[in-house]
Amino acid sequence: MKNAGQAIHIKKEVLVRIIKAFLSDNFEEQARLIPFAIRPKGMEVPYRCCIYKERAIIKDRTIAGLGFQIEEDDETVSLSTYAKKALERKEIDDKNLTVLQAACKGCLTNRIYVTDLCQGCIARPCQTACKFGAITVINGKSIIDEEKCKKCQMCVKVCPYNAIVKITVPCEDSCPVGAIKKDETGFASIDYSKCINCGRCIASCPFGAVHEKSQIIDILKAIKSDKKVIAMIAPSIAGQFPGNIYQLKTAIIQAGFDDVYEVAQGADITATNEAKEFSERMKEVQAKNNEWIDAWVNEGGYAESEQEEKADEKQEEEKKTFMTTSCCAGYNQLVKKHLQDIKPYVSDTKTPLYYTAEIVKKEHPEAVTVFVSPCVAKRAEGFDNENVDYVMNYEELGALFVAKKIEIMSCDETKYVTESSKQARCFGYSGGVADSVKSALRDEKSVKPFVINGLNKESIRQLKQFAAKNECEDGCNLIEVMCCEGGCIGGNASLNNQKTAKKLIDTLASNSEDIPKI
Amino acid sequence: MTKISVKVCVGTTCFVMGGSDLMELKDIIPARYKDKVELSGIPCLELCSKQGEFSQAPYVTVDDEIITQATVDKVLTAIDNKLGEQ
Repeated sequence: MKNAGQAIHIKKEVLVRIIKAFLSDNFEEQARLIPFAIRPKGMEVPYRCCIYKERAIIKDRTIAGLGFQIEEDDETVSLSTYAKKALERKEIDDKNLTVLQAACKGCLTNRIYVTDLCQGCIARPCQTACKFGAITVINGKSIIDEEKCKKCQMCVKVCPYNAIVKITVPCEDSCPVGAIKKDETGFASIDYSKCINCGRCIASCPFGAVHEKSQIIDILKAIKSDKKVIAMIAPSIAGQFPGNIYQLKTAIIQAGFDDVYEVAQGADITATNEAKEFSERMKEVQAKNNEWIDAWVNEGGYAESEQEEKADEKQEEEKKTFMTTSCCAGYNQLVKKHLQDIKPYVSDTKTPLYYTAEIVKKEHPEAVTVFVSPCVAKRAEGFDNENVDYVMNYEELGALFVAKKIEIMSCDETKYVTESSKQARCFGYSGGVADSVKSALRDEKSVKPFVINGLNKESIRQLKQFAAKNECEDGCNLIEVMCCEGGCIGGNASLNNQKTAKKLIDTLASNSEDIPKI
Repeated sequence: MTKISVKVCVGTTCFVMGGSDLMELKDIIPARYKDKVELSGIPCLELCSKQGEFSQAPYVTVDDEIITQATVDKVLTAIDNKLGEQ
């Protein structure tokens, strides 16, 4: 959630107004008026050249909020038409992000730039430092040849006047997999075949140009219909709203849902299954090691026939010395799209959402299920899972509370049918998943966790190395991977700062039972 | 010298619109101003309930001054100004 506060504020305001419009007696007209309500005539223009551009950009934000791709808008269609189309829409699609290109035009392309501070010195350390011969001095000023420059930044480091700067494109810089780029027209666009839906670009853009395509209208339509609508709330939610999760359940029901399940309920199943799988996998490794020792002792060394050796090698390949967790949707997308080599190491255990949605659909086959989380990647997971109908994030749920004027602190507490364990309720922060797998095992010491706290270029490289070597660092055997720094509490649509959020989760956890041992 | 009264709205609207960060004030204010400032959390200052006024949330009041779209910095500046006047 940490980017320019104003960009987030305006996104939330748009969401609240969309929901208010839906709840009014004339959705289409109220939707059309959103840009005018936010930037009324005569208002001081806060950011851009004129009030008309401000409104045009708010219109684009509203398009994303209504669940459409901004890139596909040709500017002729009015918001009332979009609202109508949103009402008529039967299905959602799998593109979760959309770029408001009119807002990103101001960004310069990613490059190294020599500023006017260049003194044209005699030493010319920049020229010496450049290994690619990209710098020449013309008229007493260093000039960079864009063709030759590899953006290594050596010149930036050596300039005694700090005259050379790296011009960054925040979304490009933040993307761990190179999926967002400014194209030749100067606009950022997303390559969906590469995108792992981590949401970094949303959080990093100071213009708030990257939007999640909201399903809020689809959810509100389901609530308005006579269908039963059930919210499944992610464990990280405990630190995201005022009040406790029991008051939150009441508030969500007041907002129109019929029932609320904790996804921590599914996290308990994930932790238990993952613990079983871990001990199976490690038992195999142990057995394999013992076999080697036995063979060595009994046969007096490695005097095996060639054939046996080959068979052993093949078996050896299958013995993975570590396992990684599999609950993080961003990580799962990374494995699928960029890191196939690590696939055999990823646990086959399903995610907490998977198990929860399965339970809910079994108990209420007719119900519409809505997963509530701070995560973009879970939208992709939800889209691929037939038991998950819609996904909404904390900003959207918050906007729903604001629009309906629901005061969580004054809500009574409603209990959950199934209470979740202490460990499952800590799934949402870094270290919590590994800890729950450990706690579920009788022999806790058999787990040596290694925590990947946030996917970035460096940690992705690390994972690649582990897979290549069939070995994790320091003899660790369980790698917990969380795509967001801090874990889910660092998700792009989180509403609270991580420190407070973690504290609130811990308070809830301290009043919960331990996970049963397997 | 009368104490400066700082009231932070802790209602859902203010929280969702960015007020969660204001919880930091609980640590900062007592440490920085000791007993010169009295800080309290109010369930709702009733400022957001007017049509459209949610957009100016989160709200904080420093004595009789209403701070809209409040941030920790804005609140501290307002307190410093008041202390300067006294």
